[in-house]
Amino acid sequence: MGQRTPLYDIHVNLQAKMVDFGGWDMPINYGSQIDEHHQVRKDAGMFDVSHMVVVDLTGERVKDFLRYLLANNVDRLKDAGKALYSCMLNEKGGVIDDLITYYMTDTWFRMVVNAATREKDLAWINKQSEAFNVTVNVRDDLAMIAVQGPNARDKVHAVLGDQAQALDGIGIFFMREIGDMAVARTGYTGEDGYEIMLPATEAASFWDSLIQAGVKPAGLGARDTLRLEAGMNLYGTDMDEETSPLESGLGWTIAWDPEARDFIGRKALEQQREQGTTKKFVGLLLEGKGVLRNHQKVIIDGLDDGEITSGSFSPTLGKAIAFARVPKSTGEQCKVDMRGKLMDVKVVKPPFVRQGKACI
Amino acid sequence: MSNIPAELRYTKSHEWVRKNDDGTLTIGISDHAQELLGDLVFVDAPESGSSFEQGEDCAVVESVKAASDVYCPISGEVVEANATLADAPETINADPYGDGWIFSIKPEDEGDFDNLMSSSEYTDHVAADDH
Repeated sequence: MGQRTPLYDIHVNLQAKMVDFGGWDMPINYGSQIDEHHQVRKDAGMFDVSHMVVVDLTGERVKDFLRYLLANNVDRLKDAGKALYSCMLNEKGGVIDDLITYYMTDTWFRMVVNAATREKDLAWINKQSEAFNVTVNVRDDLAMIAVQGPNARDKVHAVLGDQAQALDGIGIFFMREIGDMAVARTGYTGEDGYEIMLPATEAASFWDSLIQAGVKPAGLGARDTLRLEAGMNLYGTDMDEETSPLESGLGWTIAWDPEARDFIGRKALEQQREQGTTKKFVGLLLEGKGVLRNHQKVIIDGLDDGEITSGSFSPTLGKAIAFARVPKSTGEQCKVDMRGKLMDVKVVKPPFVRQGKACI
Repeated sequence: MSNIPAELRYTKSHEWVRKNDDGTLTIGISDHAQELLGDLVFVDAPESGSSFEQGEDCAVVESVKAASDVYCPISGEVVEANATLADAPETINADPYGDGWIFSIKPEDEGDFDNLMSSSEYTDHVAADDH
């Protein structure tokens, strides 16, 4: 038996199909993963993401610590509540995890990291923080619900009633606190919406209120196809400790300036940048029938083989899509070995879909 | 629990077979199989006139989660393939034993039908699969 979130009983009562996800018993779908996908693209769906790890970092030197720990630069966060997406690298420039950091106050940052990497992340953060006298507080008392879709925010506001005033004018990638709840305008679907952190003891009743407001539950299956369409990487499949952000489509998350900022992995990344990487990270679109899958071989005339890192079916496009790591000089066409058959695919630049609309 | 109609015959690889009045056999995948696969997104059905041996792979059903071969339960010639599945593969999820049929064949030996698993044998097979 795996670990259970505070919403486990609700998922079981909703007859969700439960699967193991990084040691947690999580809902993969509540019936149809494709219906749940469309629900998020067209209206509002919600995901239990309580397995993710919320970490509060506090101390006088917390900013210095994060300048050192992360490849992106927390100095970019000028306003309270603003969020930053970043990779946390090892000395070789490999990705330990990708995460979001929220700037709460000058002495308090909140970080959300992946569930499957929990233990190694916490060990790394604790080790690196020692020199900065930063307190690391894991908030296992919090649950997290992501409400996503074009109507998601209106429905959350309806549930919050008068408290929703606290969210007036909230910008994209900002968080605001409402009592013991924190509401962030972030997500992993390519749609507008909120990620809501709240006391675990209140999660079930809040979930029920959202259902009353017309938000439908969606499982990890839909979450995966939504993030893939939205061009968002998944840790462990698209990048890991052996791959650099420069080969994972994440170069944009590295803050090179100021040059004087010494962050973990910087030297290795600079070396890679000078020597040039041999691979690039691209999107693939299959015009024909079939579904692209993780680890399928990508074949390019005259070049080394590439590999699909994440492949699936795009419910919005009605076609198979994928991310792949391929040789740098790969052109606009290549082939994928699908169960022994070589199928033509088009090389494209993700995202595939944003805010309900195809963009390739 | 998945639905396993008593009047059909089954295979270990989760195909179902219905005997029609004209001696042809209609074939699809069981409710249990569609449940395991999840939302189907592509079906590659066999062409009419093609012949298959028993146990030969003759069709592919592909879901968001996985691709799965369909094996011909009985040797014979394909009489018809379900054309609606090309545009509506989800029909198999909604109605695996009805509108979600995949193809029909004219068997080489009609007696082979009786050698397939009965619904009670298939029920035991599915139960064993779940453990």
